[in-house]
Amino acid sequence: MSSLARRIGSFLLVLVGLVLLWEGFKWVAEATELRLGTFTVNDTTFPHLYDIVGQLFEPSRRNGPMLIEVLWDSALFTAKEAVAGFLLGAVVGLAIGIVLHHSRLLQRGFLPYIVASQTVPILAIAPMVVVYLGGELQAPGWVSVAVIAAYLTFFPVTVNTLRGLASADPRALELMRSYAASPFEVLWKLKLPASLPYLFAAFKISATASVVGAMIGELPSSIQDGLGGAILNFNQYYLSSPESLWATNLIAALLGISFFLVILLVERLVVRRAPEHIA
Amino acid sequence: MSGPEPVVSIRTVSKSFVQGQVQALQEIDLEIRPREFVSLIGPSGCGKSTLLRIVGDLIQPTQGDVVVNGKTAQQARRDRDYGIVFQDAVLYDWRTVAKNISLPLEMAKWDRAKRQARVGEMLELVELTGFEDRYPWQLSGGMQQRVSIARALSFSPELLLMDEPFGALDEMTRERLNGELLRIWDDTGSTVVFVTHSIAEAVFLSTRVAVMSPRPGRIAQVIDIDLPHPRTQATREEPRFFELVTEVREALHGGSARPAPARTAEADR
Repeated sequence: MSSLARRIGSFLLVLVGLVLLWEGFKWVAEATELRLGTFTVNDTTFPHLYDIVGQLFEPSRRNGPMLIEVLWDSALFTAKEAVAGFLLGAVVGLAIGIVLHHSRLLQRGFLPYIVASQTVPILAIAPMVVVYLGGELQAPGWVSVAVIAAYLTFFPVTVNTLRGLASADPRALELMRSYAASPFEVLWKLKLPASLPYLFAAFKISATASVVGAMIGELPSSIQDGLGGAILNFNQYYLSSPESLWATNLIAALLGISFFLVILLVERLVVRRAPEHIA
Repeated sequence: MSGPEPVVSIRTVSKSFVQGQVQALQEIDLEIRPREFVSLIGPSGCGKSTLLRIVGDLIQPTQGDVVVNGKTAQQARRDRDYGIVFQDAVLYDWRTVAKNISLPLEMAKWDRAKRQARVGEMLELVELTGFEDRYPWQLSGGMQQRVSIARALSFSPELLLMDEPFGALDEMTRERLNGELLRIWDDTGSTVVFVTHSIAEAVFLSTRVAVMSPRPGRIAQVIDIDLPHPRTQATREEPRFFELVTEVREALHGGSARPAPARTAEADR
């Protein structure tokens, strides 16, 4: 119980520290009229944190619902895209990793292209996905966005699957050989369980990347219902209401953190290892 | 001599590594009969573990062949004719003790009830009843190795291959497990091929000790161990035990041409 209290305590301590840093910097910079090129610190470029949080509870437009209600709906919409994208990316990434693990030839042939796929900016890929899926195949917009998110999320999973499957103890492999185990049994009973810590390390990266991927994917698909759409929208009104954009960023960050926490929770439930082996 | 059919026949087996540049084993001939406990002893790098792996069809010999239960080593492996124990317990971290022991039974497609019953028997055999739901990392090294032995014996193989199974354990644990292994060997009626570099361990456990020379590995001498069974801790203090320890040591040092050094067998215990 005291360890839980200590955890909460250190979390709050860091939070207070960050708030003080933000407000302290703002106060010092405004008092000294700090200039970085044309950048100056004022309530537009650097709003008060309490104004940002307060904005969440203001009406989003005249007589409309509160901003936090609007952003909550947007977050749910983006979360749906991100979950679908994460799952698609994880399954595809795992499948590619398993196939490449079993064929050195395919691995040599395909790995360069898989690496190359990640150097192409997602903003260059996204419009094509939207045109192909949305135009020809009549898929709903969020499906295109999920595919775009999956494009970001499969890569860490593939890389770590390759690493994890190769991590099985050579003695453990000899043991399987002594049992005349089939390649599938070796994969299912030894290599996959052995690679779980590697997979979860990848899932943590992919889970947060899927949120980013979903928000970016909303931009070229002109989807207004998600956080990406909200960011684009509030960006246009930044000068009149900078707090709205900052508040949206806050919600987006919280969404990413909650994705991460879900993976952490599943890892705790699934991975049975010596304590020192759990990340 | 026309005894029972050998469990293992090693016939002029040679093994070289790195495209023939390193000769690990040279023309090994050895027959192991049912119920025998044969130790392979030799200095590091004499190829004793390599020989054990060839018997288990985990690696292939460069020349010669191995017959296990009248079959090729490969067919014997496919028929799951042997259980194997390594120096490290090689337990699967993500499986409980019970699940580790039942791993080979899952491979052999035993049904769940049969598996559970056998796991219970095995836990009793290695005196770990009550630990079935623990994870390997919650056990001591000696307990882990007992789980590994239980796993190797779970499907009742007639042949048990052991590669320095107690090499990583402290001396006290090792001596206790030596005693336990002999009891298990007696209970199960299996044949054991045992790799070690401890002279005392080889003499205490074995019915025969095959002494190997360093690279290229050859069998220098096979020594019959005529200590009576059942062997107990008291066996280690009998004069005959010391004589045999000395005999094995002299064989290891290149034949009895050199007189035994002035120290006693105690030094190796």
